[in-house]
Amino acid sequence: MKNHLLTAAASLALLAGMATAEEVRVYNWSDYIDEDLLTKFQEETGINLIYDVFDSNEVLETKMLAGGSGYDVVVPSGTFLQRQITAGAFQKLDMSKLPNIENMWDVVEKRTEQYDPDNAYSINYMWGTTGLGVNVGKVKEVLGDDAPLNSLSLVFDPANMEKLAECGVHFLDAPAEMIPAALKYIGEDPNSHDPDVIAKAEGVFAPVRPYIQKFHSSEYINALANGNICVAVGWSGDILQARDRADEAGNDVEIVYNAPVEGAQMWFDQMAIPVDAPNPDGAHKFLNFIMDAENMAAASNYVYYANGNKASQEYLLEDVIGDPAIYPDEATLENLFTTTPYDARVQRVVTRLWTKIKSGT
Amino acid sequence: MRRLVLIAVPYLWLLALFLIPFLIVLKISLSDTALAIPPYTPTLDLGAGWAGVKAFFTGLDFENFWFLTTDELYWKAYLSSLQIALLSTIMTLMVGYPIAYGMAQARDEWRPTLMLLVILPFWTSFLIRVYAWMGILSREGLLNQFLLWTGVTNEPLTILNTDTAVYIGIVYTYLPFMVLPIYAALEKLDESLLEAAEDLGCSRASAFWLVTVPLSKSGIIAGCFLVFIPALGEFVIPSLLGGSQTLMIGKVLWEEFFNNRDWPVASAVAVILLLILIIPIILFQRNEQKQREAEG
Repeated sequence: MKNHLLTAAASLALLAGMATAEEVRVYNWSDYIDEDLLTKFQEETGINLIYDVFDSNEVLETKMLAGGSGYDVVVPSGTFLQRQITAGAFQKLDMSKLPNIENMWDVVEKRTEQYDPDNAYSINYMWGTTGLGVNVGKVKEVLGDDAPLNSLSLVFDPANMEKLAECGVHFLDAPAEMIPAALKYIGEDPNSHDPDVIAKAEGVFAPVRPYIQKFHSSEYINALANGNICVAVGWSGDILQARDRADEAGNDVEIVYNAPVEGAQMWFDQMAIPVDAPNPDGAHKFLNFIMDAENMAAASNYVYYANGNKASQEYLLEDVIGDPAIYPDEATLENLFTTTPYDARVQRVVTRLWTKIKSGT
Repeated sequence: MRRLVLIAVPYLWLLALFLIPFLIVLKISLSDTALAIPPYTPTLDLGAGWAGVKAFFTGLDFENFWFLTTDELYWKAYLSSLQIALLSTIMTLMVGYPIAYGMAQARDEWRPTLMLLVILPFWTSFLIRVYAWMGILSREGLLNQFLLWTGVTNEPLTILNTDTAVYIGIVYTYLPFMVLPIYAALEKLDESLLEAAEDLGCSRASAFWLVTVPLSKSGIIAGCFLVFIPALGEFVIPSLLGGSQTLMIGKVLWEEFFNNRDWPVASAVAVILLLILIIPIILFQRNEQKQREAEG
């Protein structure tokens, strides 16, 4: 929150100071960049940077489909990017303005091609996995020393959840992440688009629903860090940020992130330029700035997410590049799965199921 | 001529700020979804001339309204919103009436100060005030700390993310809308009527029920509508203070719009919400008119 306020204050101050200067408007996920990079960009280019944040792909997508969002750079995740490209929401990147594109990592590019063929519309910003954030001390206190800290059974087995309820469990409010995880848990194809298979997810959530305190996609960072909850299903880097905030607070809360052994969803956040961006030229400058090896490394070192930038790896801190929770080893990488976007009819089934899971109606 | 202009102004106002936006929403509710910008079809293509207009109208149908009847989610959400709006209106009245009565009974020199105290919270952003309630009601919040300290409870109460928190939020937020019209009605009350009632053998309590309450009826009605109408479509309070199980039509609308990207169904939900609201709005108008006539 403090960071947001600072950003907001900085943006306002700059707005007041250079109302006529060239500006670039960036719309990125919350808690997702080292704020120093924003100042650095303004100093290097003289472009006034306006930086806003969101915490759900749905909000971003609605702005994109309504058109006229006024943003020059936005950061949708892979499946959402693919759908918005189809809708004609983005413009093709002008590679001649992006010399730093050579820094990108082919391992990631190969995977993002399934959403954005030839990576013509987007560059990878960060990628990560969806898994379990665990307050080790509290969970062991409740479930004993042999608690399954790295298995989906921690959150999908009612026997575990009944006990965990007393210390608090949050789930992501993101059906496109939670339903594949539930399907994976019961051995179905997590990327299934078959409504009958998707419906089976309800059977996973129904018995544990009474023990879930909240469905939310950003509150769990602070809730985990200050010990208000003991388990969260969340995004890898967010949980690692919670770990660091707990360390800083010195409140004896030990948080770990585990990608479930059953398999974890791998996702990619891609930077793209809306088709109606007011300043596409400035947007390219921002993308090129982000793809600079040292800048990208600074961002990853700050937010604890892996990036798709090969050249940045030599500047990464050891506790980032060396942490298998961030840069998984080969064996874990094998075990990760990706999903593809639902069409409108299946999306309705998924949303309806999610409402039913959350509200019981 | 002047008369005509005077009549035309409110109608033009209504046309620009209500009817045109409503027709746009109604039009979207009759469309179909599309993966495009904007995400629905048909859009009016005036470049194609008459054929474009014709294609536009043949593309519209009532399918989305039919769809709303096929899933119990929608009527359950409408009913649950009605219930929450109704109960919170009654609670706001029970809290607001004594406040307004106290203000009206206070000495003249005190009244501007009391009035200021009711209005003052408005000077802070509504959102910040709702966030403050999150801090008060959470498990580690001020309320629980106070209750634990006084020993009223041994375990912190779970209030945040429940329906109780939604009621507290709505009553708190809309309280001034209830207090001000009732105060306006009570302030005009002629004291001699109460004296006459007591002279005729009425006790103070029955004089209150037989004289004060009926004479403040117009204020009560106005206050109730001013609370009920916005509370029915409330979105911010249930999404910040309510839990995942709090079912309100505002949240359903959000999901249609954002999660399903289905603007047509979202618009159909909004059109029906408006139709439900039209009845209380008309009743409210009639009450206002009656009151104006009574005042001559």
